[in-house]
Amino acid sequence: MIQNIKKIREDFPILSQTAYGKPLVYFDNAATTQKPSTVLDIMDEYYKNYNGNIHRGVHFMSDKATAGFEKARKTVQKFINASSDREIIFTSGTTGSINLVASSFGEKFVGEGDEIIVSEMEHHSNIVPWQLLCERKKAVLKVIPFNLKGELEYDKIPSLISEKTKLISVTHISNALGTVNDIRQIIGLAHKNNIPVLIDGAQAIQHLKVDVQELDCDFYAFSGHKIYGPTGTGVLYGKESWLEKMPPYQGGGEMIRKVSFKKTTFNDLPFKFEAGTPNYIGAIGMGAAIEYVQNLGIENIAEAENELLNYGTKKLSEFEEIVFYGTAEKKASVISFLFNNLNPYDVGTILDKLGIAVRTGTHCTEPLMEKFNITGTVRASFAFYNTKEEIDKLIEGLVKVKKLFG
Amino acid sequence: MNIEEKQIEIIEEFSAFDDWMDKYEYLIDLGKELPAIAPELKTEENLIEGCQSKVWVDAELKDGKVYFTADSDAIITKGIISLLIKVLSSQPPKDIYEADLFFVKQIGLDQHLSPTRSNGLLSMIKQMKMYALAYQTKMNG
Repeated sequence: MIQNIKKIREDFPILSQTAYGKPLVYFDNAATTQKPSTVLDIMDEYYKNYNGNIHRGVHFMSDKATAGFEKARKTVQKFINASSDREIIFTSGTTGSINLVASSFGEKFVGEGDEIIVSEMEHHSNIVPWQLLCERKKAVLKVIPFNLKGELEYDKIPSLISEKTKLISVTHISNALGTVNDIRQIIGLAHKNNIPVLIDGAQAIQHLKVDVQELDCDFYAFSGHKIYGPTGTGVLYGKESWLEKMPPYQGGGEMIRKVSFKKTTFNDLPFKFEAGTPNYIGAIGMGAAIEYVQNLGIENIAEAENELLNYGTKKLSEFEEIVFYGTAEKKASVISFLFNNLNPYDVGTILDKLGIAVRTGTHCTEPLMEKFNITGTVRASFAFYNTKEEIDKLIEGLVKVKKLFG
Repeated sequence: MNIEEKQIEIIEEFSAFDDWMDKYEYLIDLGKELPAIAPELKTEENLIEGCQSKVWVDAELKDGKVYFTADSDAIITKGIISLLIKVLSSQPPKDIYEADLFFVKQIGLDQHLSPTRSNGLLSMIKQMKMYALAYQTKMNG
């Protein structure tokens, strides 16, 4: 259990500020999370004292930065229980990770007439890279539908799988609806047919325990900035057996063993996929963020967020004017809704002026919005550092919205 | 009144509001009062695509002046459109095309709308000026 919320909020300096003279209520955590001081301090420390380009340097600062970067890789490995740190590739974020697989795996294993399966609730980042691949290779993209509660229709998956299916890529948790998908079922079904599975963990890694060996997923992608780390950082976990077989993604420094104009040979994992100077101080920050989460306990975080979700859902349900989108049995702390028949922009603009940050619009899931036949929603997404008092402010804000728009 | 005088009038109206809520309350009222556009004018051609809300703008030329009608699926956006119509409608095309819309900044709409939203505002203005330019060219031709 999370005991002292006041003390925890002090770990996040940004939360104590005001917006338009009102105390900030930050409910846009599904878009990005705030950073604890430990993350800000360690990045500051490295930039001030140990900024040397990693791996190739012979000097003091390069050694320190390299050690910090590789320690962060170990931290990630332990956090998701990967069997080796060779399976942890640092990327620019979830989008970067998915593009890596779409490009590199796609290059080698996907050909004309082959099929890739995604779901109807994917973020554009888990749709467009596959569309581009399908265009390049004349392959076909197939889609797992979801029902009106926002749950995947698992019984439809077997009929989508064929001998041509090369990969299934689905989200662990929906960013727009909050649905926690039963990825074990999908992975089991895929593996029975020898199909690898990529899990988009952008919305899951910060909310629940992820054990890639226990899940047995082939790839798992997530972003540092959604788990209280810096922007521009991310991870691709891949089973070593797949990563070994995949060709390099981008060419450049660090990813090579030897370069000549006749033939270039490539470095070992994970460096084969990390061309150019990586965001090493960012990765060190992400490592510190994960350590913060581990100290707090991901189970405690899940419990606190679940309480906020239940409280928020209950309080919002008291409005007659509310329509929820995403009412799955298993949900993360994301509430998507329409209010008083208003355009989400109207609701969000007024809440903003009251100091309450929510997200409005399609949440980069246009196919999902199309399914519900709406142009967007208001989305409030909670993190463990949010409070019930803040939810009460959201409720007061909506009362004000109702009064203003009539 | 010409475009400049109309802008000054709006700036004076807004100077009476002390806080943001009052400004938005006023915009909401304007939005509600804005006459709905005829359904047949809500065409793809008249639509300005924005991430946050949809806006339709139509224009016609009568006796050498341009008259705008517009609509949106968001009320605050309609309020902003209403201000633009107040300033630009029933003016000669050349004046519209050349107008410096200083009131947007003066009443604080530019700095308090996020980039995507203010792009929406900018594309509305751009669209209205395009209509004016088209009519200007037609009149000269």
